Amino acid sequence: MRHNGDTMASLKRGQKAIIRAVDAGDPQVQRLMVLGLVEGAEVEHASSAIGGDPMEFRLFGCGISLRLEHARHFHVAPVVAGD
Amino acid sequence: MTKSSEIRIPANQIPVAKRTDASIAVVGNPNSGKSTLFNRLTGLKQRIGNYPGVTVERHVGYLKYEDKTTELIDLPGTHSLSAHSLEERIAVDVIFGRIKGTAMPDGILAVLDATNLYQGLFLVQQLVELELPTVVALTMTDAAEKAGIQVDTAELSALLGVPVYPVVATTGAGLEMLRRALSDIRNLAPPRRVRIWPELTAAAEQLAAGADTSIRFAEVERLLIDGATESNAGVLEKLDASAKAHLDDMRRALFADEPPIARDARIRYAWVRDVLGKVQKSAPSFVTWRSRITDFLNRPVPGTIGLFLVMAIVFQAVFAWATPLMDIIDAGSSALGGAVFQLLGDNAFSSLIADGIIAGVGSVVIFLPQILILFVFIILLEDSGYLARAAYLMDRAMRSVGLSGQSIIPMISSFACAVPGIMATRVIPNRRDRIATIMAAPFMTCSARLPVYALLIAAFVPATSVGFLNLQGLVLFGLYIFGIVMGILTALLLRKTSLRGPKPPFALMLPEFRRPNLQTVMIQLLGRAKVFLRRAGTVIFAVAVIVWALAYFPRTDQIDPGLDANTAAAIQMEQSWLGRAGKFVEPVFAPLGWDWRVSSAVIAGFPAREVVVAVLGTVFAVGDEADEGTLSGRLKSATRADGTLLFTLPMVIGLLIFYACCLQCAATLAIIRRETNTWRWPIFGWVYMTAIGYLGAMLAYQIGTA
Repeated sequence: MRHNGDTMASLKRGQKAIIRAVDAGDPQVQRLMVLGLVEGAEVEHASSAIGGDPMEFRLFGCGISLRLEHARHFHVAPVVAGD
Repeated sequence: MTKSSEIRIPANQIPVAKRTDASIAVVGNPNSGKSTLFNRLTGLKQRIGNYPGVTVERHVGYLKYEDKTTELIDLPGTHSLSAHSLEERIAVDVIFGRIKGTAMPDGILAVLDATNLYQGLFLVQQLVELELPTVVALTMTDAAEKAGIQVDTAELSALLGVPVYPVVATTGAGLEMLRRALSDIRNLAPPRRVRIWPELTAAAEQLAAGADTSIRFAEVERLLIDGATESNAGVLEKLDASAKAHLDDMRRALFADEPPIARDARIRYAWVRDVLGKVQKSAPSFVTWRSRITDFLNRPVPGTIGLFLVMAIVFQAVFAWATPLMDIIDAGSSALGGAVFQLLGDNAFSSLIADGIIAGVGSVVIFLPQILILFVFIILLEDSGYLARAAYLMDRAMRSVGLSGQSIIPMISSFACAVPGIMATRVIPNRRDRIATIMAAPFMTCSARLPVYALLIAAFVPATSVGFLNLQGLVLFGLYIFGIVMGILTALLLRKTSLRGPKPPFALMLPEFRRPNLQTVMIQLLGRAKVFLRRAGTVIFAVAVIVWALAYFPRTDQIDPGLDANTAAAIQMEQSWLGRAGKFVEPVFAPLGWDWRVSSAVIAGFPAREVVVAVLGTVFAVGDEADEGTLSGRLKSATRADGTLLFTLPMVIGLLIFYACCLQCAATLAIIRRETNTWRWPIFGWVYMTAIGYLGAMLAYQIGTA
């Protein structure tokens, strides 16, 4: 599957999405995968620090923060309301 | 006479009666309530040591149930059996029995946080694959229920193939069943393997064929994922030669299209999601005060303002609330000293007790209220989950100086004391980042610098108002900022030179706000107070006695008996060992505007900077201005031999700069040595900080006096 350009970094506050693909070459991104950011997981953009970086996401009820540069490696399909 | 016939048994092979019936490793995610549960199960029957060669603390406790004693080893929190940080590596090495002198545990207590089953089950699934007797403790069940999460423990137990015990560690509910299960772990059958990754299992079976029979299947699977590392060299040894040669080919075949860690995470989390769908029922959660606070603090601007507000309240409390208590301690120690002289008369012994011990130790114990108040806040902020949020909010700012948000926790802790602050750097996985933080931490204004600042500011900065602020407070604030700036510059400098390297990774779990547990807060607070008082009781006590002796001896009998007591004492001081040392180094400190008295005080303060106040008290108590009462009054009127004032404004500013920089703290040096495992960093830190302090003080004095 090829991605349509949406990544976790482009999600708006309160928006939910499902991770569809991960650019896993970077060891730092692999580390985030160990924390549960993998294909099929649903994430919600909960907040951003000042300047929009780092971002906080809800992942199965828990908060996890990551930097913009890493969030760009996670390609997502936004969950449409009522889906 | 020859002893060659004697049978020698290596020490580690001498048979000893086994003290415990079983040994269990306690494993779980960070923040899963693991340590609270461990404390609950073992109570005060604990021992804290270190793992050989590393700085990770080894917590061992004993669980007594009926006639059995079970050893519990509380391992550092980890997310996976593929280690990432030093602490995680220790956890994995203990589980696999790779630590020298420690056998593989007889069983596993897996701690699973009911409010974070997703990450928890990822680890528990890997633990079950070890095929060791395993018991799962499901913690935080009360918090989960409040959040509307219900867990079907029977179904979870069936899917994992191991018993699951729900517990509430804070109230003790469910602990009795867990204790019984742990004590009986030797009779628990190991779980059968859950095959969730058939390709890996097949490859591991092929690799292990013909291997040493003592090899663990889970270790072979892990070897395929991680590749050969320093830790798993022992596993590689047990494989036969052809298998060893094939390892790389097999890994290439398995992980052709995806890195091993990524594949590992994807496959296991797919299984976790499947299990979650079967065992977790989430009711629609309602709005609680916690979620309202979280939601508000989640907005970037209120969050950052909130952080500064919290820090402001903490500092206000440290200064305002501590004052009455400090006054009591101060009055108490001078009354005690006076009583000693009245009781014993004026002689060497009463002087040792009153001027040496009571005054010296008292001048340090006086900071206990401030330290305790600061620690209460730091512990509360940490336990409530706020410090993680502070790290998240400050990440960008810290990144601009080459550190990460994780450095903020050690930095803030260092405002109380650099020793716990440096110990808190263990949460930073990147080594360069960690050392840069360790070297920056001692610049933060610690509670031991406060007495020096407080004394000099009270004496030489007028208490005039600047707008709605007080000038004295403003100068103190300026010194805090100065320390922060120096620390940041140091970190930046190190990250650009000897610690240059890639940007550290950053992934931070942001826990929900939790109400801190009173018992946990008290246990931690008492621990901190004990550390400080032990230091006051040993290092400071010894320094107080040594400094007193250096100032008291040798006695001289060539003082004109016609002189008044204060002048006689001044002459005595000048020809004492301390006075002579001060005079010896006086030329070194002359460019800073210091005379021999200030120099002796600074020398005496090298092992512990707060001692300088006590020594200044002694040195200037014996001058001819001693009737001026308070120490700050005496400093104000102290003069040089030519009659000019000693403490001029440039000299005082220089002295403040010297104390803001200089690493006068034996305990900090010792902890840097321990945490970096080399003498290189403490020596560098000492020389670097002393040099900066000296140059800064010299610049201030020379420019101000010119």
